[in-house]
Amino acid sequence: MLRFAIRRILMAVPTLAIMAVAVFVLIRLIPGDPASLMLGDLADPASLADLRERLGLDKDIATQFVIWFGNVLRGDLGLSITSGQPVLPLVLERFWVSARIVFIAVAIASLIAVPAGVIAAWRQNSALDLALVGTATVLLSIPTFWLGLLLLLLFGLKLEWLPVVGYVSFSDNPTAALLYILMPVATLFLHEMGVLIRMSRASTLEVLRLDYITHARAKGLSERAVLWRHAFKNAFGPTWTLIGLVLGNLLGGIAVVETVFTIPGLGRLLVDSIFARDYPVIQGCLLFVAFVYVVVNLVVDLLYPVFDPRVTAE
Amino acid sequence: MRLPAPNAVLGGAIIGVVVVAALLGAVWTPVDPLKINFAARLQPPGGAYLLGTDEFGRDVLSRLMAAAATSVWISLVTVAAAVTGGTIIGLLTGYLRGWTDRILMAFNDALLAFPGILLALGLLAVFGANKYGIILALGLAYTPSVARIVRGTVLSLREREFVEASRVMGNSEIFTVMRHVLPNCIAPLTVLATSMFGWVLLSESALSFLGLGVPPPAPTWGNMLASSRSFIAQAVWLGIFPGLCISLTLLGINLLGDALRDRLDPRMRGV
Repeated sequence: MLRFAIRRILMAVPTLAIMAVAVFVLIRLIPGDPASLMLGDLADPASLADLRERLGLDKDIATQFVIWFGNVLRGDLGLSITSGQPVLPLVLERFWVSARIVFIAVAIASLIAVPAGVIAAWRQNSALDLALVGTATVLLSIPTFWLGLLLLLLFGLKLEWLPVVGYVSFSDNPTAALLYILMPVATLFLHEMGVLIRMSRASTLEVLRLDYITHARAKGLSERAVLWRHAFKNAFGPTWTLIGLVLGNLLGGIAVVETVFTIPGLGRLLVDSIFARDYPVIQGCLLFVAFVYVVVNLVVDLLYPVFDPRVTAE
Repeated sequence: MRLPAPNAVLGGAIIGVVVVAALLGAVWTPVDPLKINFAARLQPPGGAYLLGTDEFGRDVLSRLMAAAATSVWISLVTVAAAVTGGTIIGLLTGYLRGWTDRILMAFNDALLAFPGILLALGLLAVFGANKYGIILALGLAYTPSVARIVRGTVLSLREREFVEASRVMGNSEIFTVMRHVLPNCIAPLTVLATSMFGWVLLSESALSFLGLGVPPPAPTWGNMLASSRSFIAQAVWLGIFPGLCISLTLLGINLLGDALRDRLDPRMRGV
């Protein structure tokens, strides 16, 4: 177990390093002097010269990367051009807003979709299966930004049950905060239901054909025991991996949902920074989401042996 | 010959309608999609304008058709670019192996570990938000998954007898790859390209919705939805039709993709 964990953690290191190189190169691809990109058009010559010195722009590109990466490791992602704030606290503050919505949505979707997929597989080709797969495929096909817009139209404008747009922090007013994030959470939840039901069903179907299931049935075990004690245990693996991927993809794609409901999250910060050409913030957002994505998938993989003991044996 | 699966028929029919609308929209629309007519602002569907008009009095149906042409064109070019690039990388790494493989694949996997839409957003920050920026950004973002699949197929094929036989017969490596390895990659590539068309269309719509896609006044389904937000209380149809177009297209792609996978990947048959 320990060796598996260490090997898996070591595998994440080169991935993170290459991502850092990619983000560094990406911003350097933009034509122009990196120092004036980082400070904006209005910077005075003295601070430009100072930043050039600190970024090591007179040295070769490899040294420049080492200097930059050293700063990143110390948590120094530079200052935002538009607000002058340090980038890391800004990114972290916005991240918690997005993360709360994403985690709640994925947690609820997993709790419902995984058993639903198992039941659909168990009753393959029945009316229930067809209804579940059909619903899942339709949910999967509706883009989150339209689904959000439809919910907003129905519950916000027509029925007037929920506040239309905006965000209230949980520390300020928990009840209002809950009302405000209800629709964004529901939007992501419905979309992910579609993805997860299909995955859970597919992996259960694959397991249900194996000999040991036939054996378990032949032993005279009840269907319930066969399904949950034998099939589910082995079928959950691929879905569990997918949950990790879904979390990462949502963090990348949440910008559209945050735009529909005007939520000040990380996705919106990235898009606003692209509009404002606020390169330090763009760089910080990309690095941070890549880091979170790698860490989430690392944790998912490390927990994998808990569900599937065969993994450690490999 | 088996009868085609019901999801293939339904998916095919939907995609057929979209493609016809896109082809038609590229050459003809009922009204000029960019023509502004303030006298006919926010007309509800029915009457002279079948699907109503928007905040500038532009015909929604015409704009939807022109948008279909743009979206389908962008998606096709992007998928073609990603498949070509990814296939070349996949063939090279799978066939040459060694250090070429290790270095290229290390980068490939790191890019794969990046969520596609995020990578595209980063690239758009560099290329700028326009039609060609999108194609370049999404094409680069989706190349790694093609490379991965092709490399896997090549690795399993290169040890097979018929490839060995071609080599023993004195055929050049390039001939062997083109004649014997590449054709066997087509089935998995077809499945991937179909789903990828859907992902690219969705990403393009999302980017346009964010204002980072095709700039207005040229219509796309995404930017039509984005501009509908300010008028959605008075003009519900502006928020309904473009979303319906995206969702139906994606539904068609998903149904078609499932049917193709059932057909071409025997392991997944019935799943």
